[in-house]
Amino acid sequence: MIEKALTGSSRYWIWISFLLAVIGVGFIFYLKQLSYGLGITGLSRDVSWGLYISQFTFLVGVAASAVMLVIPYYLHDYKKFGKIVILGEFLAVAAVNMCLLFLLVDMGQPMRALNIFLYPTPNSIIFWDAVALNGYLLLNIVIGWTTLESERYSAPPPRWVKPLIYLSIPWAVSIHTVTAFLYAGLPGRHFWLTAVMAARFLASAFAGGPALLIILSMIVRRLSKFDPGREPIQAISKIVTYAMLANVFFFLLEVFTAFYSGIPGHKHPFQYLFVGLEGHGKLVPLMWLSVILAAAALILLVNPNTRKNEKTLLAACAAVFVSLWIDKGFGLIVGGFVPNPFERVTEYWPTLAEALITLGVWAIGILILTVLYKVAVSVREETAGADTEH
Amino acid sequence: MSIDRRQFLKIAGISALGAGTAAANLIWKNSLEAIQAAPAEEGLTAKKWAMVIDMRKLKTEEDYKKITDACHSIHNVPDFGNPKDEVKWIWTDTYEHAFPGQENEYLPEAIKEKPFPLLCNHCENPPCVRVCPTQATFKRQDGIVMQDEHRCIGCRFCMAACPFGARSFNYRDPRPFIKEKNPEYPTRTKGVVEKCTFCTERLVKGLMPACAEKSNGAIAFGDLKDPNSEVRKLLSANYTIRRKQELGTQPSVFYIIGGSEK
Repeated sequence: MIEKALTGSSRYWIWISFLLAVIGVGFIFYLKQLSYGLGITGLSRDVSWGLYISQFTFLVGVAASAVMLVIPYYLHDYKKFGKIVILGEFLAVAAVNMCLLFLLVDMGQPMRALNIFLYPTPNSIIFWDAVALNGYLLLNIVIGWTTLESERYSAPPPRWVKPLIYLSIPWAVSIHTVTAFLYAGLPGRHFWLTAVMAARFLASAFAGGPALLIILSMIVRRLSKFDPGREPIQAISKIVTYAMLANVFFFLLEVFTAFYSGIPGHKHPFQYLFVGLEGHGKLVPLMWLSVILAAAALILLVNPNTRKNEKTLLAACAAVFVSLWIDKGFGLIVGGFVPNPFERVTEYWPTLAEALITLGVWAIGILILTVLYKVAVSVREETAGADTEH
Repeated sequence: MSIDRRQFLKIAGISALGAGTAAANLIWKNSLEAIQAAPAEEGLTAKKWAMVIDMRKLKTEEDYKKITDACHSIHNVPDFGNPKDEVKWIWTDTYEHAFPGQENEYLPEAIKEKPFPLLCNHCENPPCVRVCPTQATFKRQDGIVMQDEHRCIGCRFCMAACPFGARSFNYRDPRPFIKEKNPEYPTRTKGVVEKCTFCTERLVKGLMPACAEKSNGAIAFGDLKDPNSEVRKLLSANYTIRRKQELGTQPSVFYIIGGSEK
């Protein structure tokens, strides 16, 4: 089926070339990072994880969100998701690839990356995360590819796929739980040391991922003859709404615990992020932008009229995505390091090189997504109208 | 020799069990640790190394400088001249920042302003070891928390996990920034984490850690499990505190705060 990604309109090839150019720029800066060291980034002794690790964290959520389509379709036999579930699975594949690449570019000694498997260490959460992510990648590529291929030949998918699909459901939950455990089990990092972390991660994942999927479905509809349909998009929009409400609720729980208990260590990161601490407040405008976008998105999502209007729904989904990207793809990680273990404030801001490497990884992910979606859409255009059951 | 099916299954079963146990041992018992060899005869040994820092005996700026300079020069610790890339094994900070949460407004000025030496606590229950995905950082049988610079992948999980800010990452090649290279101690490469080692390289030669040696008796070093050791005597005769005890990591570095005497 991959041959379908090798033919396309000139618009398709311009897009691919654009992505390759962004990847090329990112790669050149990565080579620079390799020779100079991670000092090329804005990271420091005090804020030792930044943009790379926060992108990784955010994208694990995007990957896990495929399960929001798999559960209704495969467990509850919600047929309307039949057309769109493949988009969720392929989004997961692209997202996990980005996750793994972000982990790699964050390593000080990337050529030793396989030490994780050479010296397997079950007491380290990274070990479990590596296993969970690679497993999830494999599951989704196998499931997505096999079901799409069967669809192409108008045949039911082979029987052995079903157990893999069922396995992918708890697996999706596990990747994000394990990712939350990277943070939630560290003593002395008050911002992360919270039992609600994994739940909050899942809630934000199930809002942000499906929001992105709605945006992608609308793009696919505009660019190809394949229409995912209005009803599935409406169904997903409800998922986004509930998950976003849960996410905001969990966040407010954190705020209550920190400020009602009055424990300084718990309050400081929130103060740093939202009002600034000891005169440092680089992230304050961003965090408030995230809050405003979240509020605006919820107004548009909760109101049935604006949710049912696809134009306002699109705006709401974009707002959800950007809001969560700021919150989880930046503030959550940086906030965990401020103040440092000595109760001193060191700020972090990514450098240009770091930003370009980050963009390069995103471009690789988008390239993978483009190729996979191109294949899926071409198959759909071939079998147009013939809704297969599996 | 021929064996019947029953025998074959028996042998196969036992071999599989053996292979499985060996594999499990390898994974669970950390038998791949880099340094677990018996030290040389003249070396100092202990069941559990610990340090007691007597703040009453540290007075002048010179006292502190001697300690940090000794450590950083013999261990080839680079000086990048900026806080972002900074690598340090032992340094100082005020009471408020060394013991956050234990400060109060009304402490004697002398204590408020006094610099406290800070270093890796060589915790009994080290979070850095728990999180390291490659066992590059590990705890020796004598309690010293070590770092294998050749295995470290530079993920910096240990830096996020350490509640004491004891770990430094080589954000760039440290070698050009070492003032005077000590050829007897290895330099590090970019992309790995490093920290205080309680001077294991000196202990095997029968020497005390450099900071203790240069401290004019302010830093005592010895076996926490030996009731007659100097550290135990100090601990039973003085009130001591440790950094962030509430986190349960059981630091091996103790501080005698003293009163307001200068």
